[in-house]
Amino acid sequence: MTIYLDHAATTTIRPVALEALDDAYARFDRNASGLHAEAREAKNALEDARERAASLLGTERPHDIIFTGSGTESDNLAVIGASLASEGKVIAVSAIEHKAVLKAAESLTRFGYTVDTIPVSSSGVVPVGHAVSGEEPQLAVISVMEANNEIGTIQPVREIAEAARLSYPGVVVHTDAVQAFNSHEVTLEATGADLVSLASHKFGGPKGVGLLAVAPGVPVEPVIHGGSQEAGRRAGTYNVAGIVAMVAAMEAAASDRAGFCERTRAERDALESAIVAGFPGATVTARRADRLPHISHIRFPGVLAENLLIRLDMAGIAAAAGSACQSGAVDPSHVLSAIGFTDEATGECIRFSFGWDTNQGVGWRAARTVLDVLSEL
Amino acid sequence: MRALVAMSGGVDSSVAAALMLEQGYDVIGVTLKQWEGADGSMPTAGCCTLSDAEDARRVAAQLDIPYYVLDYVEEFTKAVVEPFAAGYLNGLTPNPCIECNRMVRFSALLERTEALGCDVLVTGHHARVVEDGDLYRLAKAVDATKDQSYVLHMLDQYALSKIRLPVGEMTKTEVRARAGQLGLRTASKPDSQDICFVASGDYRDFLSERHPRAGAPGEVLDMNGNVIGEHAGTAGFTIGQRKGLGVAVGSPRYVLDIEPTKQTITIGTYEDLLTTRCVVTEMSFTDRAPGVGDRVGVKVRYRSEPVDADIVAVGDRWEFTFVEPQPRPAPGQSLVMYVGEFVLGGGIIIDDRSSVTAVL
Repeated sequence: MTIYLDHAATTTIRPVALEALDDAYARFDRNASGLHAEAREAKNALEDARERAASLLGTERPHDIIFTGSGTESDNLAVIGASLASEGKVIAVSAIEHKAVLKAAESLTRFGYTVDTIPVSSSGVVPVGHAVSGEEPQLAVISVMEANNEIGTIQPVREIAEAARLSYPGVVVHTDAVQAFNSHEVTLEATGADLVSLASHKFGGPKGVGLLAVAPGVPVEPVIHGGSQEAGRRAGTYNVAGIVAMVAAMEAAASDRAGFCERTRAERDALESAIVAGFPGATVTARRADRLPHISHIRFPGVLAENLLIRLDMAGIAAAAGSACQSGAVDPSHVLSAIGFTDEATGECIRFSFGWDTNQGVGWRAARTVLDVLSEL
Repeated sequence: MRALVAMSGGVDSSVAAALMLEQGYDVIGVTLKQWEGADGSMPTAGCCTLSDAEDARRVAAQLDIPYYVLDYVEEFTKAVVEPFAAGYLNGLTPNPCIECNRMVRFSALLERTEALGCDVLVTGHHARVVEDGDLYRLAKAVDATKDQSYVLHMLDQYALSKIRLPVGEMTKTEVRARAGQLGLRTASKPDSQDICFVASGDYRDFLSERHPRAGAPGEVLDMNGNVIGEHAGTAGFTIGQRKGLGVAVGSPRYVLDIEPTKQTITIGTYEDLLTTRCVVTEMSFTDRAPGVGDRVGVKVRYRSEPVDADIVAVGDRWEFTFVEPQPRPAPGQSLVMYVGEFVLGGGIIIDDRSSVTAVL
């Protein structure tokens, strides 16, 4: 029986979401933009979901929510869409952003934009009040994630947003809150951001759907052009079933935050203490930083993570290291380089991540297997 | 027992994985990511491409075995690609497959085999490992037309004890038939011919893209030093090459000498090309080394039959005398020694100017 500890990559779909998905396909599997009765039914379900999503994200205006096809698309829409709509030509991103943000920003350098990368501390935290380089830089967008997907560190996005708005009036603040939604209140208000990205499958919804919450008056140019869906900001036939199921998962996740934190933290702490006690030199990355409760990132000195991962896979533990590249090989992590890890250290780290359905005792059982596998290496 | 199978996405390694399963091994499939584009993606042309890895992954899924892609880009670049380019720029004719086997597959990956808790490393090479008493001997493949023992000559006793080459016991036709019976998607996939990291299929494009010097024009000389033509870079030539010399003198001409520093090549007749001497360094042996006075079969390029030669000197430099004069072997290629069907070992042919003068 596999112990699944890769919930940060994708987590188990919640029963309410699966039910909503089936129900939506059964009841209103029509193009929500049509003029006929069945289309109206689909549109009604879609707009109902939008209102509920808006309410969860702390806004009374449903059209502050743009539904997208993924967290990656939300990040692209935020970074590219807000930059294109801005007078500014500088995009500031933290060095530990997800590739969806980094590559989206980089793609604009071909069109006259410059990217300013904000360095992070060795504990994986983005500093408040970063001064963008260059003479009187016109900052279009600053993008800092709510919490890092590899090492779990929580970022002071609210403070960063306030400082950025003081120094660079007109700047649009984006936060990728994809990993934070399970455990933290994510609203436009709470994050202090103008744009918030979410991905459905990270909190128990289906894959292939995400959203971007947009604060009122913040202009965002579309990056996917075509029909007039999403008020002209994201073309493409509505994925009604996916959206309805995502919102069902959002509601379930939002009402289970305290429980999620308690359960995952207990398992994570059990795993970490057992491993640190049982394997000499094992260290928990950013252990003292404010971290997500469900992500544990551990370095095993002298152990090639790729080997350990494969042996863990064979021993029935699903974990992760770095991010998988197109071919499936493990790419060295830019996040770890950014916090000052050497190439060697970067190759010795494994991420264990827990989910809403992680059972009690899993952390300790997993640690025991990890230590067994390590003893054979 | 657990086997690590290096799966390239071709039919041979696909069948090798299936055969190991049939033999009762727990099998793990791996593909080595050896080469990548500037953006870190796998190449899409040539061999060892992303679609080859996909084929390997799909075959592994069909066989229901775990499958992983392992990153060897750094090792491969350092041990294979860079020496390959440097060799050609220095007038040599390197064999990257041999360096890959020596430095990556049967060293780094062999170490990995143990680290992953596997007992044997399996590849789809056409060659055989034969147990002979307490010795492991490397032998030619059953299918003589596909024999790859030449590129495996560096395997030592330890490596030979740890590797399995199941398709070496079969003809290519049998391998394909077996793949067909098993319904493997790679059953009729064409054999790869190219150097895996040269996407265009022409190594000269690869060299000149990276090293402008590789395409620097120069003079074609006859044996008396007269200029009789021009060429587009010494790196495009191999000792013994007949085609593409750009010189018409009535009868066939061959490259006798490459001088990268002067950017000249010297050409002459087939008789001018013949020599009886071959000097080799970095010798390695599959088991016991032969000695001075021994007569062995030697193969000095991949696609040729072994010819008889006598060992006349051993040490840092091994010297061989061909029983019959042979076209001068290209420095950088490997000389591999055979006795009958068995490989004794081999080394890298070096440029030995005295051999030219001796024959002139």
